[in-house]
Amino acid sequence: MFRKILIANRGEIALRVICACKELGIKTVAVYSEADRNSLHVRFADEAVCIGPPRSSESYLNIPHVISAAEITNVDAIHPGYGFLSENANFAEVCEASHIAFIGPSPDILRLMGEKEQARSAMLAAGLPIVPGSDGILADEAAALSEAQRIGYPVIIKASAGGGGRGMRVVRDKDELPAHYATARAEAQQAFGVPDVYLERFIERPRHIEFQVMGDRHGRVMHLGERECSIQRRHQKLIEESPSTALNPERRAELGAQVVRALEGIGYCGAGTMEFLMDENGAFFFIEMNARIQVEHPVTEMVTNVDLIKSQVRVAAGEHLENVVGKLEARGHSIECRINAEDPETFAPSPGRITVFQQPGGTGIRVDTAVYADAVIPPYYDSLVAKLIVRGRDRGEAIARMRRALEMFVIEGIKTSIPLHRKILAEPDFEAGRLDTHFMDRYAVVTAGHR
Amino acid sequence: MTQKNPKKTSARENTGKKSSESKALAVPGVDLRQLEQVLEFMSQNSLEEFEYANGDLRIRLKRALGDPNSAAPRALPPRPEIVVPREAPDQAPAPWAQDSSDERSKEARRSPDPPSAPEADEANADLHVIKSPIVGTYYASPSPDASAFVKVGDDVSIGQVVCIIEAMKLMNEIEADVGGQVVRVFIENGEPVEYGEPLFSLRLAGKK
Repeated sequence: MFRKILIANRGEIALRVICACKELGIKTVAVYSEADRNSLHVRFADEAVCIGPPRSSESYLNIPHVISAAEITNVDAIHPGYGFLSENANFAEVCEASHIAFIGPSPDILRLMGEKEQARSAMLAAGLPIVPGSDGILADEAAALSEAQRIGYPVIIKASAGGGGRGMRVVRDKDELPAHYATARAEAQQAFGVPDVYLERFIERPRHIEFQVMGDRHGRVMHLGERECSIQRRHQKLIEESPSTALNPERRAELGAQVVRALEGIGYCGAGTMEFLMDENGAFFFIEMNARIQVEHPVTEMVTNVDLIKSQVRVAAGEHLENVVGKLEARGHSIECRINAEDPETFAPSPGRITVFQQPGGTGIRVDTAVYADAVIPPYYDSLVAKLIVRGRDRGEAIARMRRALEMFVIEGIKTSIPLHRKILAEPDFEAGRLDTHFMDRYAVVTAGHR
Repeated sequence: MTQKNPKKTSARENTGKKSSESKALAVPGVDLRQLEQVLEFMSQNSLEEFEYANGDLRIRLKRALGDPNSAAPRALPPRPEIVVPREAPDQAPAPWAQDSSDERSKEARRSPDPPSAPEADEANADLHVIKSPIVGTYYASPSPDASAFVKVGDDVSIGQVVCIIEAMKLMNEIEADVGGQVVRVFIENGEPVEYGEPLFSLRLAGKK
């Protein structure tokens, strides 16, 4: 087992990893930028090293500084958290070269999963369904028509060089296609300098459902159930829950087995999440893999009683999955709200000093945060203030619990998304489980109508 | 490495202080502006007590924290700012356990025992503190048997190499960002340094 671990991250996840290490009897080293001098992760680590000025590129993303800090403190391993360097294959390689264990998958796997197209090809070859699409860029209108015929309408034309909604056109039947094909190409040329487009099946109301996985260094992978993350705004998740109302035990077992088979096939190690879209007919399509621990991991921890961070450390140290996770027993329902330092209506960031921070408590409540009264939220990093996670015996109880927890969570001095979460939790569609990734678009329309 | 106990810094100063213009509170022999600076310093470094004695005058400042767990941030041991202690500060030296398996591995940061504090030097307008721009291990000389790049009293020109910081097996030559005379060296050979760590203070060229 590792003696000492450096956490190459900040904020709540750095603190989370420190918690796991303390419980495992492992010494910890925190790294911090000058803006994070008074952070909780610095406070609670056994040692701390300043690695740069506030800007991430010069501190948390600065590989030489992070590795140097690991060397001068003589750590055995580095936990990269999420974001920052957690999926940086180059960083994982530098760790290896410096004889420091990287708590995560191998550099090759990171590279594979980091390239969306490569990841999809690999998973397709491993037997997972992916969103049907054209095999590369469309040569001309005729190719577009034949591909669309093969894939099945509705389809979406997408610019290969970019995203953000530009160079995208939804086509519902073949008569519309020529015009949309031309417009999409023109837009792509305008926006990205390259007119190339490709085709994909268009899913009207997709649900974002992801599977938590864990692999050991002995070839075994297991899944720990799914999370539904359909409540998103501009691809930023706001609320996650487990289990998903879209899956029954049979479907879960079937998909889980496919995922395990695919990942054992490539020798996946460490924690990871396989992201899928489910269409209106219940068909699942693999979209991408996050080869790291995720923000919303507590949701899975609450229903499975498995400490995912400790598990990461233990499998990285060479332990067998059977001993680390053992027999999985998922019980109850869990929901998480990501509380951000943002205006709940305009979503404008709201950094500053927190004057009051009163967490809710009681049965089934968990708050993951690195924030405290009098702390200053710096403007340089993400706006996550706290994760509020609840667990109930069933979804109804979890919802009721989340509603009262949100009501009793007092944060003053900055604006937070708590009022927004309260509104979402009050929506009949949410309570009924009528979820899809356009939920927030419809909801925004609803609230706009109310003003 | 900083210890967990609440800090107590006591100091004696032989020279008396002139009293400041009275505002709301006037205490003979006390400069309120300096007291405010001390309070701010205490607050920033989570110090709980500060004691000052000068003849019959004795001032004791105590923060209303009371929590024995509210220790200073872990990275740097707090150093007295305004008053330079004549005797050693009343704090336990940082544990500096050497890992027997690796002579370079250190379980704790270095002990807080410089001749005088970098913060005091930073506050001095005539002095410039050269800080480490990277993370690594400090070496005072180009090789183990060579003499140090600079020593106290040396004149240094801007761009001159003042030390080496080793990071990831690369020896980085650290250059002076100003010209001046070396007043103090804060770091010992072979010690780990973090980003922003004070290395030297220079008296700027042209200043006495």
